[in-house]
Amino acid sequence: MKVSSHPMKWILTASEVGPDDRSRIGGKAYALACLSGNGFRIPEALYVTIDAYTEFVRRTGLRERVLLELNRKNFKDMRWEEIWDCATRIRNMFLRTPLPVEVEARLREQLEAGFEGRPVAVRSSAPEEDSARASFAGLHESYLNVNGTDAILAHIRKVWASLWSDAALLYRQEIGLDAETSAMAVVIQEIIVGDRSGVAFSANPNDASQAVVESVYGLNQGLVDGLVEPDRWILDRGKQAVIGHTPAHRQSRMIPCADGVMLEPLPQALADAPPLKPDEVRAVFELAARAEDYFKLPQDVEWTFRGEVLYVLQSRPITTLTGGVAQDNRGWYLSLHRSFENLKALRKKIEEELIPGMIAAADAMAAIDPKDLSDTALAKEVERRWQINHKWVNIYWEDFIPFAHGARLFGQVYNDVMQPEDAYEFVDLLVQTEMASLERNRMLAQLADRVRSDQQLAGQLRSGDHTRMDPDFFAELEAFIQKFGDLSCAITGGTQCVQDAAPLFNILLEMAAHPRPPAGSRKSNPAAERKAKFLGHFEGEQRVRAAELLDLARASYQLRDDDNIYLGRIEARLLTAIQEARQRVETAIQSGVGKPALEDLKKVLDDLDHRAEAPDPYRQQSGKSFNIKARQLVGQPAGPGLARGRARVIRQHADLAGFRAGDVLICDAVDPNMTFVVPLAAAVVERRGGMLIHGAIIAREYGLPCVTGIPDATALIQTGDEITVDGYLGIVTVGSAEI
Amino acid sequence: MEKTEDIQMLIRDLFASQNLAVLATHNREQPYASLVAFAAADDLKFICFATPKTTRKFANLQVNPRVAVLINSSTNQTADFHKAISVTAVGDAEEIPAADREQFLPLYLAKHPYLEEFAESPTSALVRVRVRSYYLVKNFQKVLEFHLIP
Repeated sequence: MKVSSHPMKWILTASEVGPDDRSRIGGKAYALACLSGNGFRIPEALYVTIDAYTEFVRRTGLRERVLLELNRKNFKDMRWEEIWDCATRIRNMFLRTPLPVEVEARLREQLEAGFEGRPVAVRSSAPEEDSARASFAGLHESYLNVNGTDAILAHIRKVWASLWSDAALLYRQEIGLDAETSAMAVVIQEIIVGDRSGVAFSANPNDASQAVVESVYGLNQGLVDGLVEPDRWILDRGKQAVIGHTPAHRQSRMIPCADGVMLEPLPQALADAPPLKPDEVRAVFELAARAEDYFKLPQDVEWTFRGEVLYVLQSRPITTLTGGVAQDNRGWYLSLHRSFENLKALRKKIEEELIPGMIAAADAMAAIDPKDLSDTALAKEVERRWQINHKWVNIYWEDFIPFAHGARLFGQVYNDVMQPEDAYEFVDLLVQTEMASLERNRMLAQLADRVRSDQQLAGQLRSGDHTRMDPDFFAELEAFIQKFGDLSCAITGGTQCVQDAAPLFNILLEMAAHPRPPAGSRKSNPAAERKAKFLGHFEGEQRVRAAELLDLARASYQLRDDDNIYLGRIEARLLTAIQEARQRVETAIQSGVGKPALEDLKKVLDDLDHRAEAPDPYRQQSGKSFNIKARQLVGQPAGPGLARGRARVIRQHADLAGFRAGDVLICDAVDPNMTFVVPLAAAVVERRGGMLIHGAIIAREYGLPCVTGIPDATALIQTGDEITVDGYLGIVTVGSAEI
Repeated sequence: MEKTEDIQMLIRDLFASQNLAVLATHNREQPYASLVAFAAADDLKFICFATPKTTRKFANLQVNPRVAVLINSSTNQTADFHKAISVTAVGDAEEIPAADREQFLPLYLAKHPYLEEFAESPTSALVRVRVRSYYLVKNFQKVLEFHLIP
């Protein structure tokens, strides 16, 4: 190891790494370089310094493009989905920005000399991990089995881009690191195709007198990603002896495949025996202990056996022992990303267990009519329904929300393969799924067609007189209401809506007053072609997996709609019981009759009030001498196009009834139950941010400009304001240009 | 949503951090921009600056008092695009009447003590812009308007 550093070097070999280089190659790379010179067997590696990253982002202008993207609005105002969108756009920028010729030439020369075409792993190594004394493990990306210099160069850019992954952004924000100074180093490492791999903790995070060794067959990726269950040994550090072995239910292993890694079933002979023999367990422990001696801190070591030879893949301090950032949310950020295998299992659980469970829970509650219950029993029933609702809301967050990542995982793979100009092109492949809301909108258009061609019918609707309506039309109308409600209800099966056909009549008249949008104005359907192009990039087994991923993504996308509807049904049952309880309490107060059992009802209602959420912070404010008015608001560009129109602000569902053709829909969040006005709208603006939310998808469907993620949209914009929506830049301009 | 007080604080901080503003005047449909050393009171109702009375800007605002003033925090770095904020004020300019001079001159000189001679010269005018509205630009493209209620 040399003492001097190399200010201009973009790639260092292990022997060139000096003590000053830690901040230039990151702690992970630095630890490996240290070990390699000190008697540990390490895969051959080259270290790409942060200088290469810095040069790349400076020369290409990416540095400021990234910061502009991150500063579109205040970070704390961004929902996670918006952060994911930012990360996706940034990642696409990195994928689509070639290395400057000179930079590429220099990197290429050294990479070719170093690996001569051997497969490598391309791993992230962020210097911030050390300065933060926090663990970034898993937040940045690493790629296994990368073949050839072109592929290595492409993957270096992907690793660089992962500096800006949503999880990394959230974590860096949480622990207070400055995005402006973030940079990424990369380790290019010869791939050791081990037949047994694992991790070792030189000190057990739960008991410092012990050490832990975990092992799986195949590559370590299976264990690290949580896909393959490891055998686990506990050792006594002092006696250097095994004191416990928990065998795994050995089923599969991770192996290299054409362009990455894959899971395969474990041959029976291997499944019957632990991956390590007793002396090998001790060898792994000794390796971890030596690493601890060397670094003077307990180590978390990743290792692999190729035949009888033991390699160190990575070694880092155990942050839980050294007092890393206490109680941070890294685990949660990581849980936002699920592997393909994990999502497949989640889909099974959702489709076979959770959704039937939700339906059963709603049905079981529906079987009990709150009106039949005594006051005391009703109080218990309200509490019970609250608990049931609460349970499903939690499941919604824990399982349904993460499943939404299926669409995102597909998006990432699609962008990697296709490198499209528009980072959201992949959405076109997802919307093919039939959703209830689209069927409703089609029926509505057909009803409007009848009204358009029949003046008499229009007159009857206008006067609200349905007694003399054409029976055929009336029957269709009835069928529509039967199936989809009268459009006055926000939640399917909700309890607080008015049975009133007026909003439906208004919308039909408004639709009829304008020519039906020609079929061509809806975006043509390029999905089949796109799908073929996408799948055409894969061959054999890989193509099957790509098709499976698309199928999973479609299920994930469809569920985004349907889960709200199922949850809505459960919530409606809770509301029914609460409504009955309120009514009884009010009646009793009015009649002046006090019953002891009523106290139970009052108490349970009081309790629920306390559990209610904090009031909406987005309320209209008025200053004393200062009057705030929005002129130009910035959100996320969610549907390309430019349109101008009168604002129609939807604060409650009933506001939809007044919607006029050419209005700009301004709302908190477009839910599936309000999309019927979208064909009438000139553009869509919503508070909730994200590209994969319903409003954005449906606006894209109809080719409407759409901006999402405007934090104060429904407060700063008033119905009637003249609005210009720039869906390319994500800008909404309010009012005319007059000063 | 930003609170009114937060926004006022942001504008006050910006004004405190900056010495110079761009003043836009016009005459016979010809806009004209000039740099002025400015100061503003905490209530943000007025922006004042000193100018020789012989200048084009002073002549312009004598003919047409409607002006705009731009104050921003850019530093001529690429980072300005995501970091800098900018405030445009529109309002009416007038030479400060003798009766109010005692109120505004100390405010002005507190910020620009080196301009004492300049500001107090008989050939200079102390001008105030009575602000009607502020236009605040941040996050590159986010624009909020603030209308002062008289």
